[in-house]
This record gives sequence, C-alpha cells and structure tokens, in this order.
Amino acid sequence: MTEPPHGPHPEALPAPSLAARVLGAVLVILLLGGVLVAGSTWWNGRLAARQSYDRLLLGAARDIAESIRIQDGAPLVDLPVSAFELLAQAPEDRVYYAVTGPGGRFITGLDATLKIPAPPRGAAGTAFFEAPLNGEPARFVRITRRFVERNFSGPVEVVVGQTQRARRAMTGQLVLDAMLPMLAAGIALLMMSWVVVRRALRPLEALTGDLARRDPYDLTPMPADGLPRELQVMLGAMNRFMGRLDAQVSAMRTLISDTAHQLRTPVAAIRVQAEMALSDPGEQARGRALERLLARTRSLGTLLDQLLSRALVIHRTDSAQRTAVDLRETALEIMEREDHLLLAPGSELRLEIGEDPVIVRADAFSLGEAARNLLSNALRHGQAPVRLGAERRGDKALLWVQDSGPGPDPAVVARWGQRFNRSAGSSEDSAGIGLSIVSAVARAFGGRVETRADADGFRVALVLPAVDPPEKEPPA
Amino acid sequence: MIRALLALLMLAAPACAQEATATFGTGPTPFLLRSTTDITVIRPVLTRFAALHPEMTLTYEQWGSNALFARARADCRNGADPADALFSSAVQQMVWLVNAACAAPHRSAATLALPETRRWRDELWGVTSEPAVIAYNKRLLPAEAVPRSRFALLDALRETPELYRGRIATYDIGASGLGYLFAYSDSLEASTFGALMEGFARVDAVATCCSAEIIAGVAEGRYLLAYNVLGSYAINAAGRDVGMILPEDYTLVLSRGYMIPKGSDQRALAGRLLDFLLTPKAQAMLTRAGLVSGLEEAETALPQSARRPIPLSPALVVALDANRRALLLDFWSDTFHLGTVP
Repeated sequence: MTEPPHGPHPEALPAPSLAARVLGAVLVILLLGGVLVAGSTWWNGRLAARQSYDRLLLGAARDIAESIRIQDGAPLVDLPVSAFELLAQAPEDRVYYAVTGPGGRFITGLDATLKIPAPPRGAAGTAFFEAPLNGEPARFVRITRRFVERNFSGPVEVVVGQTQRARRAMTGQLVLDAMLPMLAAGIALLMMSWVVVRRALRPLEALTGDLARRDPYDLTPMPADGLPRELQVMLGAMNRFMGRLDAQVSAMRTLISDTAHQLRTPVAAIRVQAEMALSDPGEQARGRALERLLARTRSLGTLLDQLLSRALVIHRTDSAQRTAVDLRETALEIMEREDHLLLAPGSELRLEIGEDPVIVRADAFSLGEAARNLLSNALRHGQAPVRLGAERRGDKALLWVQDSGPGPDPAVVARWGQRFNRSAGSSEDSAGIGLSIVSAVARAFGGRVETRADADGFRVALVLPAVDPPEKEPPA
Repeated sequence: MIRALLALLMLAAPACAQEATATFGTGPTPFLLRSTTDITVIRPVLTRFAALHPEMTLTYEQWGSNALFARARADCRNGADPADALFSSAVQQMVWLVNAACAAPHRSAATLALPETRRWRDELWGVTSEPAVIAYNKRLLPAEAVPRSRFALLDALRETPELYRGRIATYDIGASGLGYLFAYSDSLEASTFGALMEGFARVDAVATCCSAEIIAGVAEGRYLLAYNVLGSYAINAAGRDVGMILPEDYTLVLSRGYMIPKGSDQRALAGRLLDFLLTPKAQAMLTRAGLVSGLEEAETALPQSARRPIPLSPALVVALDANRRALLLDFWSDTFHLGTVP
C-alpha cells in the first residue's frame, strides 16, 4: 500500500533530521537572544537619546532663565536665540517655551493660550515631564529662578519643551547600529553551527548509511573503530545482540543437523529389526527380534533425551541468567536423584565434598546436566567404584567424576570437545553427545574440561572460575 | 509695556483683510491661495499653473503679512475653513504656524532636494530667494557716492548728514512683518544695527509701510536711499532711476515660505502647486519676476560668504516673542518719529 505523498495527516510528514533539530534549536536560541538584546538595546538607546536631548532642553531653559531681568518692577525676558539654536539640534522638532511669574502670570511664551499640563510643583528646582504638544508627544523641562529685588521678588518659572522626533530617530539609529553587527554575528554563528553539526553527525551518517546498505541476513559485527564514544556504546550493544542472534541461529542449525544425523541410523535400525520380526516365522526368533527392537527403542529414547538436553543446555547457557551456584549442591543433587542406579544397577557411587562452599557463577540446570552426563559416561565406560566430587583449587572450582579404570585411549580423549564424535563403530549411546554437552557448558561459563589419568583411575573435571561466597550466608 | 500691548493688538486685529484679489482659470475646483506677494509680480507663474490645471479656479488673495498671520492663526485655532495654501514673506510667522501644528506635510523629490535652510519638517518650504538691498536714486546719488556696505552708509551719514536728512526710508517694523524680520535678523547679525539706527535717527529717517511705496518714493526722488528693501521690488523698478546695492559686509537673503494649512481642502493640489513652483521652469519665471536670486543682476559682486539666508528653523519663533518684540519695537520707536507712520 502506498501513501499519497501529501497526505492530510501530520504523521505523513517525515520526522525532522537530527541536524535540523539541532539547527532549529540554535536558531530559536539565537532568535530569543536577538529579541532580548534588541529589547535591551532599544531601552538603552531610548535612555541615551533621552539623556542627550534632556540636556539640550535643560540648557535652553537655563539660557532663557539667565536672560530674565527685572525692569520697572516686572520681569522681562530678552529671549536668547542661542537657546533655540540648542533646541534646533533636533531640527525636525516643534518647540514650546513659556515664562510665568508668581501666581502663574504669563510673562512671555510661544502662545499664551496654549497650556501645558505640568505636574505639581515639587521641591526640586528642575523637573522633566512628558505631555502632548499640539497633539504630538513632547518632553518638557521646568526650572525656577527666584528673584529678590527691591521692587520684585518671587519665583519665575521657565518651561521649555520639544517634540520627540529626534529622540526617536536617535533611538532607532542606535538600535540599528547595534543590531546590524549582531545580525551579521547571528548569521555567522548559524553557519558555524551548521558546519559543526554536520561534522559531529558525519560518523552517525556513515553508520546509518552502512546499516541501510546492510544485508538483513548479515549478522557479523559492525566495525566500531573511530566512532564517538556514545555511538560505540550503541554499536556495541547492537553487535552483542547480533552476536547472540547469530549464535542462536547457528545453534539451531547445529541442533537440526545433529539431530538428523543422530536419529537417522537408529531409526533405520529399528525399521530393519521390526521388518525382521515380522518376516521371521519362528516364535523364538520373533521373541529375540522383539527384544532387540525394545533395546534399540530404549537406546533411541536415551539418545533423544540427550539431544534435547543438549539443545536445552545450549539454549540456557546462552540465555539463562547466571546465579551463584554451589558445585557441592550440584553433586549432591546428582547423588540424590540416584540416576546411577538406573544406568548401572548395583553400581557403587561415592560422594566427595568438603566443608567449604565451591561457588561459581553459572546456570544450575546446565551444570546439573553436565554433571549427569559426566557421571553416566563414567558409569557406562569406566570401572567401579565411581566417585563424584566438588572442590576448590585456587581461583578454580572443580566438579569432577572419577572411575577406577585406566580411562579411554588418549587418541579418543584428544578428540573430545568436538561437537559429536560418533565413530562408525560406536553405538548410539556413545559418550559423544554427553561430552559435547559438558564442553558446551564449560565454554559457556568461561571454563574448560580437564582429564587426568593416574594410578587411582581416570578423572574428568569441569573446571570453572571460582567466585568468593557471599559474606553472609543467604537465609535457607 | 503699553507699546508692546499696542503692538500685540495691531498684530491680532486683521483690520484690513486682503488688499487685492485675482482669479486664474475657470475650472470647477476652487483653490484659495493667500499670499503677501504683489499680484503683478507673481501673475505669470500662476497663469501658467492655471493653464496646466484647467479643472481648477485659483483665487489669489494678496494680504499684509501681519493680517495674514492673524487670519491663519485664527483659522487654525477655530478649525475654520482655511486657505488651501499660504505664501508669505514673513517666514517667522510661517514657522510659528508650523510649530503650532497648523500645517500639513508634503514630500516630493522637489521638496527633498531643497537645502536644509529652506525646508522645515516637510511642512514649510522656502520657494524664492530674495536679497534685502539698499535701493537708491541713480539720478540724485552719483555712483561713486553710493555706500556699498553698512559701514560706508554709517560713514556717509556721519560725514554728510544734511544730504540725507529726511531722505532715507526703511520699513516700519511695527506694521510690516517682513520689515520686522529684517530688523530682527540685523540685530542678530551684527553690532552695526544699533549704530545704524542711531545714524538713521540723527538724519530723521522715515519708517514707512510697504515695499512698493518705498520704491516709488526712491524712484520719484523723495528718498535718496532706502535701507533693507526687498531686491525683487527694486529690480522691478530698475528701469526708473532706481539702483540697487547688495551690502558687501553681509546681505540677508529671504526665502518666501510656502505652507499648506492643516485644514486645506485641496492638499493634493497645494502640493502640486508647490512642486510646480520648484520646477526649473517656474523658477526661471520667478527669476524674471525678481523673486529668485536677482543677485547676478546686482551692481556689486557679492561673495558667497556675505550671503545670509534666513533659515527656516524653530529659532525663528524668537522673532515673534512678545517681550523680545517689545524690546525691539521700543528701541525702534525711540529712534524713529512715530508721527511719520501713516
């Protein structure tokens, strides 16, 4: 089923790439920073413009106040042009001025009818305030000059104002002057982030490319050389996973081929025996044939048990959680199950275990299967009495089985550990599968199989790395 | 103080409204232009503009500057229907009106090309450039005796006071906004102003109204010499025995102010008239009428540094300040015989 490329669902959009996310975040940070800095620049610019033009305003007001003189008992203003030339520093702005005597009496001004709503008189001599001037926002200053003359005394107030075009223009210019380099810096930063992000993501892109091109049946590990640490962790986990998958697939393959190989011969033999029993007319001969058939069937059962046990052990060693196992307990369990009586009735089995625990980290079931197979081999092929034991030797833990015989031929021993080694002449209940189980368990838990032949007999031992028992005995 | 009040009263009372009226074109759209310029001087330019805009009937009203100012100020305050455009030589009054938010803005390539001194807030523009000159009677005053600067004039007044007694004319600054502007600018420009006033007082100089009347007096020989008259009027009278001096120490250059009142019904047309007045063609016509420059036609070559354009700037509101005006008028009337004012 193919989706239309422009589906109505937002899910249909491709997820943004990592680079796009990072760059988006950088852009958002830059924009936010830009807005903040622009705001503060505007604020500062406005303050600077206000301060500079307020000084002009105050200068003009002082000029006018200076020019007031008392003539015939009344204040007279010889308005100085210099005051207005100061105000003309803001050439596009309207101006206002008014000089009033005590009681608000108008002395002179731009327009006697134009009243500016001034704030109430405070104690301070100089007051700046804002008010509309002919409908345009404007800034004013009010200063007071006090006269004490023979024929006139009292305060004379000078109010000078100016609209705010020049202030706004100056603020705008300051903001622009500050923002243009910032804009350039922002663009440069964005471009640098782009380059940095691309560089940082290049190994990831190479990895994704590799993965996309990879054959889904290819379970070999991916090379992790030269990758950043974070990716190595990820790739390591993936490689471990693939390794396990690979091991399980090959174990399954081995199991199928082993089973096929092991079962084909006994099943064929059973069929031949059954045919012989059918074709043999003699009562006695048929009975013998049936007995042989039974024996064959039983041995096939044992073989099946072993094959399944091996498959289970291989599966478990791969997947079951490792726990602390006391090898003495494994040996004790084997003893208590009394399998040996089933295999070799009347045989003698001795248990040799010490006082101290022999702890390994392994799977108890797999260890039990390995021990059972060692024991059954010894019972079948060795000489009584057979001894079973567990002990610790240095940093090694041993689980061993010893019979009193001389042991097999060294050439046979040398071939142990291979997957199976049923020679043409051996019967189906051969030691091959059992030993392969033992070897698989030893490999799975980081140990090996050790054999020793001496005057006391032949010993096969499963040697595993020992761990120290926990400080406190776990509650039983 | 009383004189100051009197001056204010004179300023506020538009006793005589327009002095003359003319109409140009016959279109349906009325357009009212109030100006202080003599109709005869500006007629060719307006005729041309009316020809370009046949949809309009331009009514031209010629006013005295103070009356025009009072009327415009009242219109602005009351929100009454004002003129569609104002064109006045008393630019300090125009500056006052713009400062009081009585003007509408206009921007075009032509207005933006004007120098800073001839443009304020895009609401007031200086359209002409006319020098304030010393006019003299060529017949009565030989060329070598003509004073070419204020210092020379001062010397002449000191050396031969009897020659000039009662035969020097200048504007009555109480009655003429333009005369007041020139006197105010002189008082800012140089210390010669005070000495000159005293000199004028010693020879009983005459302060009178109106450029045309002063020039006519010079042409007829009633006055030997007229101080601070607009060059444009002197040029127009040049054929009739009237010579013209651009004072070499400095020459004030006035640029008549054009303004579009805020309540104008024909702002777009007013803007077009302004742009038209600034076109090279109209400027050439204004030059012929003597309203632009005229400096080349003067008898003295005037260095650039001696030209003092009166800039359109908020500083001109000082010229209208009541106290300042009272002081200047006091000084003026102490000097002149008020009795000669018509």
